[in-house]
Amino acid sequence: MGDEDVVLLDFWPSPFGMRVRIALAEKEIKYEYKEEDLRNKSDLLLKMNPVHKKIPVLIYNGKPVCESLIQVQYIDEILPHKSPLLPTDPYQRAIARFWGDFVDNKIYDLGRKLWTTKGEEQEAAKKEFIECLKLLEGELGNKAYFGGENLGYVDVVLVPFYSWFYAYEKCGNFSIETECPKLIAWAKRCMEKDTVSKSLPDQDKIYDFVLHLKKVFGIE
Amino acid sequence: MAVVKLFGAWLSPYCYRVIWALKLKGIAYEYIEEDLSNKSPLLLQYNPIHKKIPVLLHDDKPICESTVILRYIDEIWPQNPLLPADPHERAVALFWIKFADDKSPLISKLFRTDGEEQQAVAKECFEMLEVLEEHALIGGKKFFGGDEINMVDIAFCSVAHWLGVIEDFAGLKIFEPHKFPRLNSWIQNFKSVPVIKDNLPDTDKMLALLKRRREMLLASKSS
Repeated sequence: MGDEDVVLLDFWPSPFGMRVRIALAEKEIKYEYKEEDLRNKSDLLLKMNPVHKKIPVLIYNGKPVCESLIQVQYIDEILPHKSPLLPTDPYQRAIARFWGDFVDNKIYDLGRKLWTTKGEEQEAAKKEFIECLKLLEGELGNKAYFGGENLGYVDVVLVPFYSWFYAYEKCGNFSIETECPKLIAWAKRCMEKDTVSKSLPDQDKIYDFVLHLKKVFGIE
Repeated sequence: MAVVKLFGAWLSPYCYRVIWALKLKGIAYEYIEEDLSNKSPLLLQYNPIHKKIPVLLHDDKPICESTVILRYIDEIWPQNPLLPADPHERAVALFWIKFADDKSPLISKLFRTDGEEQQAVAKECFEMLEVLEEHALIGGKKFFGGDEINMVDIAFCSVAHWLGVIEDFAGLKIFEPHKFPRLNSWIQNFKSVPVIKDNLPDTDKMLALLKRRREMLLASKSS
């Protein structure tokens, strides 16, 4: 993969962007990282993702790929033999895609409620958040990773949220490790890999970012 | 020979997505109609997380979520491929399928809301149609899949059939052919494909059921 031109339009705290960073690192694909200011989006971003105008956008030899789950699958297809993320068996692939969609549909929105709401609404979000993590623990079972012995698709899709857990815990006043110790053990195991730890920002930085957002949006 | 079963509901566009894919690939299957107000123990066993249809059972292995099912079907039975072979073209197709998945619930929301809330949903529907007209159907293609329908066409079935029925029922006019010429051509083309035309829920039956459901909804709101 010598002469490919790969650009990632991203925003450092985005868990969606982190997924792509991990996938690119797992495949050892060299790329140019471009930080976007979401209050002042670049012409390139608006041109490459005209429908949603959102990051991350992966630009591979001038052609854009949008939506983080699609980007991870695309990267996996480009270099299928290096650190394969999706299984080869179609049924196992279906299971991985099912859980990838589950994480995508549930975790971000529930997590967001944890730091933007209070009282009953926050308590309801907390309860559902923990229930979702417990379902994921069930799927993980006794495996080291969702992908089995190696990092797989579901691991890449879920682990970025670990960088947000400290912020969720402080804002929601609870301990995720107390409720879901297996999942935290899994996350720490993932973080032992450079491809993951170098793709995720520090949890303290995320918490500072959340505090800043709360101020900007006037959320107590 | 492996046994294929589909748990579905006759009114659900997500169920039809799977039916069309199986028929396009020439796969024989047993169809089991679920009463969504009284879900069977089998359905709850096969889809414990979401408890929803469609569920495909292949060799006693359950697959849930219509888009996951479609991709599974396409991989297990490669004849009449439903996605492009080129990775970038496939990524673009998947982008539009995700857009369809994210926006289709708006169409059933039209039916479940009224007043200001319904107007807000109608506006969102209109914006969705604008995006399709402006971005998805450029190039003068007959279908999203080119000369033949593919998974993207199947994914937008709610726009092709369910939207019109719900508009008629609710007395709304969101889709107008002259405002969306490309989309209009696509809808006509899509509904003319034999496997689609021969496998669509009857409009009169749909209207009758929607009317009954709407009455139940309003009754439960006021009680």
